[in-house]
Amino acid sequence: MTREDIIKPENLVYKRTPVLTDATMHYCPGCGHGVVHRIIAEVIEEMGIQDNVIGISPVGCSVLAYNYFDVDFVEAAHGRAPACASAIKRLRPETFVFSYQGDGDLASIGCGEVVHACNRGENITMIFINNGIYGMTGGQMAPTTLEGMETVTCPYGRDPKIMGHTMRLTEMLAQLPGTYYVTRQAVYTPAAARKCKKAIRQAFENQKLNKGVSFVEVTSNCNSGWKMTPVQANKWMEENTLKYFPLGDMKVDGKFDPKFIERVGTFDQPNETIFSLRKK
Amino acid sequence: MAKQLVLMKGNQAIAEAAIRCGCDGYFGYPITPQSEVLEHLMAERPYLTTGMVVLQAESELASINMVYAGAAAGKRVMTSSSSPGFSLMQEGLSYIAGAELPALCVNVVRGGPGLGTIQPSQSDYFQTTKGGGHGDYRLITLAPASVQEMYDFVELGFDLAFKYRNPVAILSDGVIGQVMEKVMVDDYKPRWTNEYIEENCPWAATGHRSTGKHRIVTSLELEALKQEAINDRIQAKYRKCEEEDARYEAIQCDDAEYIFVAYGSAARICMKSVELARAEGIKVGLIRPITLWPFPTKAVKEIGSRMKKILSVEMNAGQMIEDVKLAVDCNIPVEHYGRYGGVIPTPVEILDALKKMIK
Amino acid sequence: MTEEIIIAGFGGQGVLSMGKILAYAGIMQDKEVSWLPSYGPEMRGGTSNVTVILSDERICSPYLNQFDTAIILNQQSMDKFESAVKPGGLLIYDPNGITHHPTRKDINIYQVAAADKASELGISKLFNMIVLGGFLKVKPLVTPEMLHKGLEKSLPERHHHLIPKNEEAVEIGKGLLTPYHTI
Repeated sequence: MTREDIIKPENLVYKRTPVLTDATMHYCPGCGHGVVHRIIAEVIEEMGIQDNVIGISPVGCSVLAYNYFDVDFVEAAHGRAPACASAIKRLRPETFVFSYQGDGDLASIGCGEVVHACNRGENITMIFINNGIYGMTGGQMAPTTLEGMETVTCPYGRDPKIMGHTMRLTEMLAQLPGTYYVTRQAVYTPAAARKCKKAIRQAFENQKLNKGVSFVEVTSNCNSGWKMTPVQANKWMEENTLKYFPLGDMKVDGKFDPKFIERVGTFDQPNETIFSLRKK
Repeated sequence: MAKQLVLMKGNQAIAEAAIRCGCDGYFGYPITPQSEVLEHLMAERPYLTTGMVVLQAESELASINMVYAGAAAGKRVMTSSSSPGFSLMQEGLSYIAGAELPALCVNVVRGGPGLGTIQPSQSDYFQTTKGGGHGDYRLITLAPASVQEMYDFVELGFDLAFKYRNPVAILSDGVIGQVMEKVMVDDYKPRWTNEYIEENCPWAATGHRSTGKHRIVTSLELEALKQEAINDRIQAKYRKCEEEDARYEAIQCDDAEYIFVAYGSAARICMKSVELARAEGIKVGLIRPITLWPFPTKAVKEIGSRMKKILSVEMNAGQMIEDVKLAVDCNIPVEHYGRYGGVIPTPVEILDALKKMIK
Repeated sequence: MTEEIIIAGFGGQGVLSMGKILAYAGIMQDKEVSWLPSYGPEMRGGTSNVTVILSDERICSPYLNQFDTAIILNQQSMDKFESAVKPGGLLIYDPNGITHHPTRKDINIYQVAAADKASELGISKLFNMIVLGGFLKVKPLVTPEMLHKGLEKSLPERHHHLIPKNEEAVEIGKGLLTPYHTI
């Protein structure tokens, strides 16, 4: 059997979605960005909206996201993607608009813009990749860095007394009346990725119905920044990150899920699951 | 409704012109002395008539980035602010210039530095004409000296912004923003249709991939040689703009022995000083730059070279004087007279400064 | 003809709107007009002033330091603007609350006791129109017809039924005008 014998339409079991371009992604092996990109691209393909969507890319590892999606894209200044998405959606309400940001971009420098876009209830889809670190600039502390976790700007572990607490921005946003759908997902296992795809599909479908902000946090790893192998990073994320950032829907159909609060614990005192992550 | 004569504030004229010239969106944040722009738009509610989007953003940072994105989507969008807010917008303006997008921003200048005062000033000349944000870029800068020009420069600003795909600033101040004068307003012009944008703005990220290829709006280019080529292209636009779009007004310069060079409200005050000086037999004229960038270098050189002396009158500590000196290659003595920190020079004190210079 | 006017008093006395009505009336008479308010924190309860220029020619500076006419409604404004009246010019003031009366001998000075009259008639909101009447008596820059049109333009339509009351107040002001010192 030759190669040509095998490459036939009837033998096709997987085809890359045409919403992704041929460009080779620059992401590190094991990084979650590529998986989330593919999920978004597949959702766009399945919904048949490739010719009616504008993406907003951030500053950070995914700054070049526009090279990988075959849809129109606007690259925003650091942190300002929600402002950009708000304007475009208001000026082109017929178009599907999504922003794609990391945790430095969204939770730190762009904290104001995301809060106000959510508070205004902009009819947009927001994707938030949370890996607890600044990847592109070389592994500095992010607002989402876990307490005790080491980065190059907290080499002795994040000390909340000096560096502030780990920020659960998604939980904050879920409490704003402008958000309609708020969820935290992950892509570290095939099962998680499938669930994540369902959530992202929902986030785009809501836009069709003019429902307000649909916000999907994807808790991810940064094996380069965390200085681990991809497998170690995923395991570490499951054992540590997901305790402070539990997965699941926080707000569905505009209603806050009280069960989620129970799982997270109250907001007014440090979470009891905080532990020292300091390496020996 | 055809043309109409109305009495309005400079700030209201900006807002009214935006609605009537077919602007697609305004994004702004309140700050004295320009808040009437947003107030007038919110009172007029153009979103119910022309479909123009008006949004009070959470900050100037958000405003300018909304403008950036709106422009990226091919829409005619604008913002307005005053000095401290305009400082916050510099990053966004650099991105707009870098991504080669058309946009309009209005700065109704107040005295600084810092929080400064809310009274009128021209102390943002350097920031606006020399590039307040990072990188090699220029803001095409229009300096209105009347409420009518506040009105007219909105449409002119959009025209220039789209001609060069570059941000345009209207550099006004508290006097021109707050004063009420007669304005001839135009009939309403329709906004551009999406089809028109699709045809005429092939660079815009409209979401529709009508060219068959996805369009990317970005100011990022990591390869230095490619970034240099982008800069070459941008600089070529600026040379063309200097050639074609430098504007000025010359008042009583033909028989003059001295001239004032002044823009905006300082030019208006100098007009009075010219009147007072001529009544005393002093032959003085006035060059009023209408574009501050590109600066009307040729005109200032040509007219200025015939003069005995030139007085640059500014509501700042001496900023435009540098461009005046360059224009006459320092061959003619150029002096500066200015008040700052929100103090407005009076016609008489400018006349006194002229007499002192002549002596 | 060019008339350069400063109107100055407390915020809330209707200083700005008096100027606006003059400006609108001027427009109706095909004049060039300029109306430049003081703005900012001084608006709220502090002093407030507006420079109004009516002219047959293009108006040069909207900002001035010398005026043909000063209409003064409180002591602070008197202290600030008495000296800003051009020689031979006009100063009109309401003596209510004025402790240091004007002393210049080279200008025409008139009083309009508008505040007392307005409270006597229970029309304190029309105080500024009484003052305006006094001014128009000395300098009839705008005709009563044009003033009517100016009121129509400057008042929101829901207040148009008050225009006759405004006009009456102007007439009252004309009657109240009293010379204080004339040259």
